[in-house]
Amino acid sequence: MADPESLRQLVLGRKDVGDPGLGDEETELPPDLMTVNMGPSHPAMHGTVRIVLTVDGERVVRGDIQPGYLHRCFEKESEHATYTQVFPYTDRLNYVSPMINNCGWAMAVEKLMDLTPHIPKRAEYIRVIVSEMSRITDHVTCVGASAMELGAFTPFLYLLKAREWFYGLLEKVSGARLTHSYVRVGGVGKDLPDNFHDDLTHLLDQTEPVLEECEQMLNHNKIFRDRMAGIGAMSRADAIAGGCVGPIGRACGIDYDVRKDYPYSVYPEVEFDVPLGTHGDCYDRYLVRIFEIKESIKILRQCLVQIPDGPFITADHRVAMPPKRDAYNTIESMIRHFKHIVDGIKVPAGEGYAFVEGGNGELGFFVVGDGTGRPYKAYVRSPSFVHLSTVPQIMKDHLIADIVPIFGMINMIGGECDK
Amino acid sequence: MSQKVLDAIVAAHASAVDRTESQHGDEIAWIKRDDLVAVATWLRDDPAMLFDAPVFVTCIDRLDWHPTGRPPSEAWSEDKPRFEVCYQLRSLTHRHRIRLKIAVPEHDPRCPSLAELWKAFEWQERETFDMYGIRFDGHPDLRRIYLYEEFVGYPLRKDYPKEKRQPLARRDDLLINPLRSKEHDRG
Repeated sequence: MADPESLRQLVLGRKDVGDPGLGDEETELPPDLMTVNMGPSHPAMHGTVRIVLTVDGERVVRGDIQPGYLHRCFEKESEHATYTQVFPYTDRLNYVSPMINNCGWAMAVEKLMDLTPHIPKRAEYIRVIVSEMSRITDHVTCVGASAMELGAFTPFLYLLKAREWFYGLLEKVSGARLTHSYVRVGGVGKDLPDNFHDDLTHLLDQTEPVLEECEQMLNHNKIFRDRMAGIGAMSRADAIAGGCVGPIGRACGIDYDVRKDYPYSVYPEVEFDVPLGTHGDCYDRYLVRIFEIKESIKILRQCLVQIPDGPFITADHRVAMPPKRDAYNTIESMIRHFKHIVDGIKVPAGEGYAFVEGGNGELGFFVVGDGTGRPYKAYVRSPSFVHLSTVPQIMKDHLIADIVPIFGMINMIGGECDK
Repeated sequence: MSQKVLDAIVAAHASAVDRTESQHGDEIAWIKRDDLVAVATWLRDDPAMLFDAPVFVTCIDRLDWHPTGRPPSEAWSEDKPRFEVCYQLRSLTHRHRIRLKIAVPEHDPRCPSLAELWKAFEWQERETFDMYGIRFDGHPDLRRIYLYEEFVGYPLRKDYPKEKRQPLARRDDLLINPLRSKEHDRG
């Protein structure tokens, strides 16, 4: 049996540097590089992702990121589902802002059917409202969780309290708290509930002070700034070549927002600003997200004033289900209902790429239709995946502890990244 | 929307472009496989093009392609290339977009890699390799990304059945496992 001292050395892999009997040379850490596994199940890894780190002491020399632990075959499953049945799958891509995914998929299918100009105005407004609410939940989760990982537990609780209000209202709208499946091709599933206007106004009035409180706690917080400012900085050129979009791209100074640059839905009718960062570090990413929450609140307030009355789904028989009353009472509508459910929406052969501004950036769906009710191919351009591919580069030469804020601010959502 | 981009490509690289088309506002240029890197470099660097932002890479498997409502000649047949690798690019300066398509035959699933030009394509090409088995020549690190290395086949190909299950290969079941004793191997 080995003596306890050498056993201890074996387990710890190093000598006891506190031992006064050792000389300078002996107390130094071994000069060779060490390989450490971070994840796949690690409290600071949002979702499940594995990083094989090569470290020199505490410094990261190389990191090989291996996603895929949450791969659920979104694309393969979509090829075997009708266009409407894909909506629940899209909910599970970025599960923090499912409404935006729903809208993206609906827009891709509408693009293939040349339906985009025929969506009722009210449906477009509802889509923008629910998308912006989702964007707020997405950013709030990202900021709250990152702050918590750096030890600030209070903002996390405050922000998640606000997120819960939004989830509550979205549940009222769609019937589900998290996986809404609310948007349909041609419009939305059902109209906004009664009193939605008052509920949302009240909600926004409640949220603004929460945001202010959290900003007071974080913006000039010494620990928070020390851990975020200057960490994980990326140059503008690197960010462009790395495909960074959304809050991460904007933190690097890339003036690109799909809502402004390729305006869709009713975004041209509302006024909002696109915040830009200057340093491209974690602190900028945090600030951009906080500003975007405020801009989303601005958009929501405008939408509540501007939203018109009218139908919430197009009357086009190719995509809209017949009203339930007709489906039960007339044979034509019943057959239409049946065909709609069993065969799905008939999308003409062709391909199209439609993209929206998701919580993390450009979220696009590339859909190939072959004239049947099921997509021939459905590809999702998930921003998380693209952003994650830049992480090995930006975490190089940082300390292991810096991986936590870098990962928090990249906001990798496992479901979206791994498809 | 960006018809002028297609015209410019044809003007500058007439021999490299097979054909161009527009679908639902998306511009598509079919590029010959061997000329892809030259055309892509030009698209990135030419001041009138400046396609600096990569968007996505994917592949379409045409094995089951029998579009309804289209002439039968459009259906996939043995003599047509089976795979189409798609590169979507965007210019932050000029706000135009383009999709490059490369026809890749089944017996030789190779395509030049653009990962050197746009860093973001490194992972996306790995994903396309993982899902479709397209080998990207010149890729710095072509490994599977979502699936594990022992996985057999390419799941997004049309001839990979959706219901097919593969037991997760355990490392100690594999022949290459160095921990297994020699005697065990002989038996």
